[in-house]
Amino acid sequence: MSAGTATTALRAQQDRGRKAAQNREKWAQGRTYISAVVVLIWCLAPAYWMVVTAFREVGFTYDTSILPTHVTLDNFNTAFDTSFGNRFGQALLNSIFIGVVVTLVSLLIGVFAAYALARLNFRFKYLVLGFILGASMFPGVALITPLFQLFTNIGWMGTYQALIIPNISFVLPLTVYTMTSFFREMPWELEESARVDGCTQGQAFRKVILPLAAPAIFTTAILAFISSWNEFLIASQLSSDATQPVTVAIASFAGAQPNQIPYTAIMAAGTIVTIPLVILVLVFQRKIVAGLTAGAVK
Amino acid sequence: MSTELGPTPVKSPASGGTPIHHGPKGVGEDNKILSQGKWASWLLAPTIIALAVVIVYPIISALVMSFQKDAGLDPVTGLFTAGGPAGVQNYVNWLAQQCSAPGGGTVACPPGTLGAQFWSATATTFFFTVVTVTLETVLGFWMALIMARTFRGRSLVRAAVLVPWAIPTAVTAKLWLFIFAFEGIANKLFNTTILWTGSEWPAKWAVIIADVWKTTPFMALLILAGLQMIPAEVYEAAKVDGATTWQRFRMITLPLVKPALMVAVLFRTLDALRMFDLPYILTGGANNTTTLSILVINQIRQGFNAAAALSTITFIIIFLVAFIFVRFLGANVVEQSGATGKGKK
Repeated sequence: MSAGTATTALRAQQDRGRKAAQNREKWAQGRTYISAVVVLIWCLAPAYWMVVTAFREVGFTYDTSILPTHVTLDNFNTAFDTSFGNRFGQALLNSIFIGVVVTLVSLLIGVFAAYALARLNFRFKYLVLGFILGASMFPGVALITPLFQLFTNIGWMGTYQALIIPNISFVLPLTVYTMTSFFREMPWELEESARVDGCTQGQAFRKVILPLAAPAIFTTAILAFISSWNEFLIASQLSSDATQPVTVAIASFAGAQPNQIPYTAIMAAGTIVTIPLVILVLVFQRKIVAGLTAGAVK
Repeated sequence: MSTELGPTPVKSPASGGTPIHHGPKGVGEDNKILSQGKWASWLLAPTIIALAVVIVYPIISALVMSFQKDAGLDPVTGLFTAGGPAGVQNYVNWLAQQCSAPGGGTVACPPGTLGAQFWSATATTFFFTVVTVTLETVLGFWMALIMARTFRGRSLVRAAVLVPWAIPTAVTAKLWLFIFAFEGIANKLFNTTILWTGSEWPAKWAVIIADVWKTTPFMALLILAGLQMIPAEVYEAAKVDGATTWQRFRMITLPLVKPALMVAVLFRTLDALRMFDLPYILTGGANNTTTLSILVINQIRQGFNAAAALSTITFIIIFLVAFIFVRFLGANVVEQSGATGKGKK
């Protein structure tokens, strides 16, 4: 076999290989797009259905046309209507109040622990981390029975503190854990540099560390607020009509007829509860994903 | 690989050795004497105390309660039973499904009572856990692989997966109740006439589908974060060496993503074992969808102490599962930092 034919054969083979590779690439890209569309539909379709139903007239609750039909705003009035014993408006305020207090308390306490866990060396560090992580995985039902009895005995049933204190039990570990991961990745050398450049301890903290830590703290605050906002188990048992949060209000939402679930109004209420969260999450998407996954991979 | 970026469990962090806190002049000397350990204990104290109050106290309290008899009117006989120490009777009652009989002693709990539901609730809980976590892992992995690719609109997909995660579970439950209503969109789309919440298997699948919808995104994001830790050069090298897509997935992706994957599976498993909101609102626990958490809640108003025993059992079950994960399956949550190399075994 001469060298020339070998080269030609090789070149032809390379050409074929390149073409096949290009085709594969195109085919792979196409499959990616199809998969992406499937994921989009899977994630968004049920949420879309909630919003569409929220804007549909009660008489057409079970209309199954995919596009919005019989559009109305009435359901949002019904959601806030108190004549059937629903207290959705009050529940919204309760959820905001409980969420804000739980978030602030957890951040205030947790930020110190997170700093220690991220920055300092001490014995039992991983024991403490393990304890805090274990606490966040703790089943709510294991808390509810003793708390139910305790709060009944001391007359706290249905009070705000009876809802806030158990919430802290799972929001605080989450806060500490998320902030610890964030703090670990902060460029703390800058604090030293600032000190070398003549800043006092206070100045270094205020002008260098605080601005750097602010996004981490803010993201943690969002995650803390969301988990408090979504809490249902404890609130369903320990709240009263006056203090119930939105999750409980929506779960027990009543209609005019006792045997008919007022779906359109519930979907309207669900939309109101969800939209601010979704907007918040989408705006701070990157940070939130970082916060959510922080503990798991780093 | 990435070990140098974050602090590793064994080595001291980059800052190790240097005192972190320089107090204002004057007290600076005192601060230097304070060891990091002392600082740490002061900083950790509020969190530890708070968690002790809101978690450790209830655990102990529940434990104490679980060894007490429930005082009150016996639902069967209408006679008043006094409280007092019960020994392990509450536990035996749940595990052997025995209820207190009139005139002392115990009999097998009649069907339909809470006492007769322990093992079925346990079975339901584990069934939900295994099925949902399996589906979520497979679907989540698939979603993560898609989101890890580069294509236009990738950020849109990444944003969309956060939507189910952000919707409160109580709202999710009502939404799927509506979707699964008899005249609802699910029956319409699939051209079926199933009473979804009316019988056992449709009800179970309704819960499973709703749960998978809600929590797969979390799984996908955790796995995606794991995928992004794998350096692209490894894939390039494998490609040059002629590894097929499947080989690359099996020999590179899987082992390297395993630590993150195990943590995600552990998180989801522990979460699924305490599942409450979804079945409670979606099916009310009817048709064999009562989980252990629902059983505890139903028991509370019939007797604190029996409920405390049941919640302690639930807690022990969850603790054991977590222990098995960490001990035998290598889900190393705490020392995850820099542990990418541990995925080999």
